[in-house]
Amino acid sequence: MIYLAAEHFVRAPQWTWYILGYFFFAGLTGGSYAVATLLRLVGDPRDEPAARVGYYASFVTLLVCPVLLSTDLGASWWKFWHMLVDITPGDQGLNFKYWSPMSVGSWALLVFGFFAAVSALESFLLDRRSPSAPTGSPADPGGSRFRTVDAPSRPFGGVVGQAFNVIGAVLALFVASYTGVLLSVSNQPIWSDTWMLGGLFLASGLSGSAALIALLTRYRPNAAFSLGRIHEADGYFSILELVLLVAFFITIIAAGTAGPTLPFLPLWLLALVGVGASLVAARGHMRIRGIPAGGTAVIARAGTDTLVVSILVLLGVLALRAAVIFSAQ
Amino acid sequence: MAVTIKPGESYGFFTDTSICIGCKACEVACKEWNQLQGDTPKFLADSYDNTGQLDDQNWRHVKFIDDVPMQSTNSGNGTAFLMMSDVCKHCKHASCMDVCPTGAIIRTEFDTVFIQQDVCNGCRNCIAACPYSVIALNPATGTAHKCTLCYDRLQGGLEPACAKACPTQSIKFGPLSELQQAADVRLAALHSQGVAQAQLYGRDDKVYGGLNAFFLLMDKPETYGLPNADNAKLPTRNDIGGYVGAFVTAVVGVIAGIVAFRRRGES
Repeated sequence: MIYLAAEHFVRAPQWTWYILGYFFFAGLTGGSYAVATLLRLVGDPRDEPAARVGYYASFVTLLVCPVLLSTDLGASWWKFWHMLVDITPGDQGLNFKYWSPMSVGSWALLVFGFFAAVSALESFLLDRRSPSAPTGSPADPGGSRFRTVDAPSRPFGGVVGQAFNVIGAVLALFVASYTGVLLSVSNQPIWSDTWMLGGLFLASGLSGSAALIALLTRYRPNAAFSLGRIHEADGYFSILELVLLVAFFITIIAAGTAGPTLPFLPLWLLALVGVGASLVAARGHMRIRGIPAGGTAVIARAGTDTLVVSILVLLGVLALRAAVIFSAQ
Repeated sequence: MAVTIKPGESYGFFTDTSICIGCKACEVACKEWNQLQGDTPKFLADSYDNTGQLDDQNWRHVKFIDDVPMQSTNSGNGTAFLMMSDVCKHCKHASCMDVCPTGAIIRTEFDTVFIQQDVCNGCRNCIAACPYSVIALNPATGTAHKCTLCYDRLQGGLEPACAKACPTQSIKFGPLSELQQAADVRLAALHSQGVAQAQLYGRDDKVYGGLNAFFLLMDKPETYGLPNADNAKLPTRNDIGGYVGAFVTAVVGVIAGIVAFRRRGES
């Protein structure tokens, strides 16, 4: 990319609150699926409950996405399907334009929806099949909303099931990142002056998803084994996000379009607070790595409050997207 | 001059801003033919412009550009407002077509760029992409609108309403090749008269592969709010770079997850 003093005479597309909401949930649905798959395939068998939390989170956050996208279309909300099918007379057929991130993203969201739904259903069936501890028992002191499992059932499908999760995770990573690429593939100031937005949104989405899964493990005590590892992963994702954030600002400063980001300084700072919260939590949990796993006891020893950290991280994810979206408009 | 309009040939506008008098007959004719209600007139307090911009209700817009120096000049050297009847450029390489996910934006048999209202779903990707700020969303229909180059009139063998109404022939309509020849003659005439700043914009392929609606300008393009050749880029220039950035991040992110989640033999 050759940087020059970019001049833009383009009109803002008025992508505002619904799109902000979509970008937020797209990051979480994709990120949650990817983190869940990593937990299932790379982690310890005792990470399986946390992986299922991730699949549930991915499916629920996915459900919001088409609602937000359709609502954003206003009076044409019922024509969302035109993203997938071209109704031009004489040129009817499926609509796939590999050069248009919005077209590719629409298909990716649809196909990923299948994977997210199947994985969530699988998790539900596995949870129902697993022996559950009586509510209020030592294995389930708080009477969790999820059915708890001492020895989680193995996922269905063996190698085929694993391949299914891997394909789903690839789609998930795309869904979490393409929204940033979509912004770059425009002629808007800031958005089109950098190549960092796809990666930045992905790193932020992964971080937010880790925070969301960590938050939800509060309601599933037998997933607490994974809590420290999830916070550790969140820390790595946040380092990645920080690096990309710096690269993003370097590129737009070089293009001469960084000025409009200044009025949104509070949002950028909130995004940084989220990154900082992730790093502090990760540091706290990595210090106690050697301590034998003890479910909620580990959480207590970590000395950090998952609830507060997760909320700060999620607010940071939202703030980052708001800052990027509104700075250019 | 009557023009015979045949499908399969390229048509466009040559707008000579040096003879635009800012009468706005083009704006009125456009609204009249295309049944555009127009926006509520605005008092902009900087010129005779009360339209402000091209949008879903204004497919022609006469720009009044303040080019008057703050200090007085010698007799005969004064400059004045630059006037330009702006319109969709019907670019050869159109950014809006480039990004439209629905296939709503097509190139017609007259080589013009047209938004099919029944196909458009109002995603506004074209608005984010159009470098000329031409397209806007009509909230009532939920679709994107812009100049059609009077597609319906062309189909009926009629020239576009704005060109028909222009009293000074600042807006000329015709086959693109003829318009380009006329523009070259006009530019040469102006240069021979010492008007060195006169230049053609969009006549050649330096800007979006050439514009079907091109202009003779009396100052540099940026003065008129038009991107110069260095800044005239297609949105899809960022496709590969954006995806590569996301892919590298995905690889690093997965490695980070593996490092964090790998089995460590904790009991």
